[in-house]
Amino acid sequence: MPPETTYLAAISDGLREEMRRDQSVMCIGEDIGAFGGAFKVTDGFFEEFGSDRVLDAPLAEHAIIGAAVGAAVEGMRPVCEMQFADFISCGFDQLVNVAAKLHYRQGVAVPMVVRLPSGGGFSGGAVHSQNPEAWFLQAPGLKVVAPATAADAKGLLASAIRDPNPVCYLEHKGLYRRIKGEVPEGEHVVPFGEARVAREGGELTVIAYGSSVHLALDAADELDEDIEVIDLRTLQPLDTEAILASVRKTSKVLVAHEATQSCGVGAEVSALISEHAFEDLDAPVRRLTTPDVPIPFSPPLEQAVLPQLEDMKEACRELLRY
Amino acid sequence: MKRSDGAVVNGRARDDASAEVASGEDALTRGDRANLLRYMAMMRSSEERAITLYRQGKVPGSFYDGCGQEAISVGSAYVLGPRDRMCILHRDLGAHFVRGVTPDRYFANYMGRAGGVTAGKDGNMHFGARDLGCVGMVSMLPDMALVANGMAMAFKARHEPRVAMTYFGEGSTANGQWHEAMNFAAVHRLPVVFVLENNQFAYSTPNDLEFAADPVPRAETYGFPGVHVDGNDVEAVFEASREAAERARSGGGPTLIGCETMRMHGHGAHDDMSYVPEGMFEEWRARDPIDRYARRLVDEHGFSDDEVEAIRSEVRSYVEGCAEQALASPMPDPEEATRGVFADEPTPLGDGQAPWSRWATDAGSARAA
Repeated sequence: MPPETTYLAAISDGLREEMRRDQSVMCIGEDIGAFGGAFKVTDGFFEEFGSDRVLDAPLAEHAIIGAAVGAAVEGMRPVCEMQFADFISCGFDQLVNVAAKLHYRQGVAVPMVVRLPSGGGFSGGAVHSQNPEAWFLQAPGLKVVAPATAADAKGLLASAIRDPNPVCYLEHKGLYRRIKGEVPEGEHVVPFGEARVAREGGELTVIAYGSSVHLALDAADELDEDIEVIDLRTLQPLDTEAILASVRKTSKVLVAHEATQSCGVGAEVSALISEHAFEDLDAPVRRLTTPDVPIPFSPPLEQAVLPQLEDMKEACRELLRY
Repeated sequence: MKRSDGAVVNGRARDDASAEVASGEDALTRGDRANLLRYMAMMRSSEERAITLYRQGKVPGSFYDGCGQEAISVGSAYVLGPRDRMCILHRDLGAHFVRGVTPDRYFANYMGRAGGVTAGKDGNMHFGARDLGCVGMVSMLPDMALVANGMAMAFKARHEPRVAMTYFGEGSTANGQWHEAMNFAAVHRLPVVFVLENNQFAYSTPNDLEFAADPVPRAETYGFPGVHVDGNDVEAVFEASREAAERARSGGGPTLIGCETMRMHGHGAHDDMSYVPEGMFEEWRARDPIDRYARRLVDEHGFSDDEVEAIRSEVRSYVEGCAEQALASPMPDPEEATRGVFADEPTPLGDGQAPWSRWATDAGSARAA
């Protein structure tokens, strides 16, 4: 039985193993070299892999993403670190206009990963707490993944690095040290597009990803109800079959995510269900998300907008009663 | 193998930083000089033909060309070896031709045909021939400078003596990404050559509203050389590019080559250029890079008038044949519209044509037209 590993260590281990396996994998980001990264994901990498493969970048996100595109088309497998997911806005043009479209426009594959420490819950304020996945989902050509467990953090990172496309890898900061789990040692690859049934149930489905998976599991346990929890794992590609199969089984659906509501993953999943499983529903599809506000700083304000365990329990109870 | 005019048409590829490189007058053979004229003429003829196609309604969307700027893309791209890489911009058709794109693929791309470089997925100059080591541009400028940095970063990480070259107009120097590109290249001492084309206007905005200080000397403050070149002198551009590429190849880092030129046509075919001051066209027309080089070949390099005219007329009929070929080619299947968003596998870039005689002995794969 492998030992329990934190979500953070699983990312670090997964990245290190890919770099050992494949000489073309390289890291680029701010403070990732000698310092080991703001969250220490690349701690020790500089010593092991050297400055050619662990590149400290100036404070210039467009330069980081653009360099990754160029290196990727020239045979490398760059893994960029945004210090916070929020800062992808400063490299957005390179990501959505260059990286995302290059294969469609010119048949040039761009195998690169953008690691995005995302999410709130620690008074990071409006520009250190965002969950920007919906931005990427509107840019055809980007894959988007959001692991919830330590094992998936490692396995989805391996898939992201091996994928021939640009992949946005959302790692929730709130899970870094809080979430631990068994992580297979050695090679561990979790394929894209395969959602995970995190908890089996028959009366209600909670569809979630990232941090909201844990909120859903905790709520289901505390309520002690027959709730199924689907962990999407990857948002592009989306496992529509797994979603629809669970809807047909339970007939009630709550979609939960920490990102803001409008035009988010919840909206997409809800539309998908109404298009393909309308007649299987016994209740309207509900969403539990952050309302459409910037993430406030002060703890009571932040807790008022980020979905809390009680909110999750109440949303489940409401649907179960319906 | 050499053609009668000395142009190299075959060779074997090898990158070697230690290869002897002749400089100045010795760097170019008679065949190279014929090639420089040929590629510039090919750019001019192709763009003139494409404007006609546009006016005939055969080109959807808009039309952009680099009339007057031919010496820059041809003179710079001509220094590259097969395994060097490029990000080519919209005034630089000559660079595509030097690297081996044939005009039929260019015409087909403009007309949205299946045989265009992008197979109809993107239009006008928004293309790069993957098979010839080029990543094509986007309209956000100077995005490709950052991508060229990344190519150079890969070469450096693998300790390969290879060079990435890219272009941007002076308008791009006002954008924040330009600063990021210059600084990043300098900090990591990347083997990249930046070719700045100052064609006097960013669309309608003249130099004095684009910057308060010449952008070329900024290179020195980033930590690498910036040189001014007469952008209408193809051999001057070649020489500056040769030096820059060798510096990059030998670990000396980036260079900014500032080429002074004039965009002789509108930003696009829709632009009447009413903003150009009186007399400016006449002044620059007298410095036309193609006429000027043709005269120089006769005056200084022993070409006869007939030889020069033969090169230009051969190019015109070749280009016309390419246009006819593109006109006869099919449009893409609408089924293709939703295909290719994602890659199923890696797609390594191919090597570019390298017609410079230097590469004939130790490199090559030259397929000069």
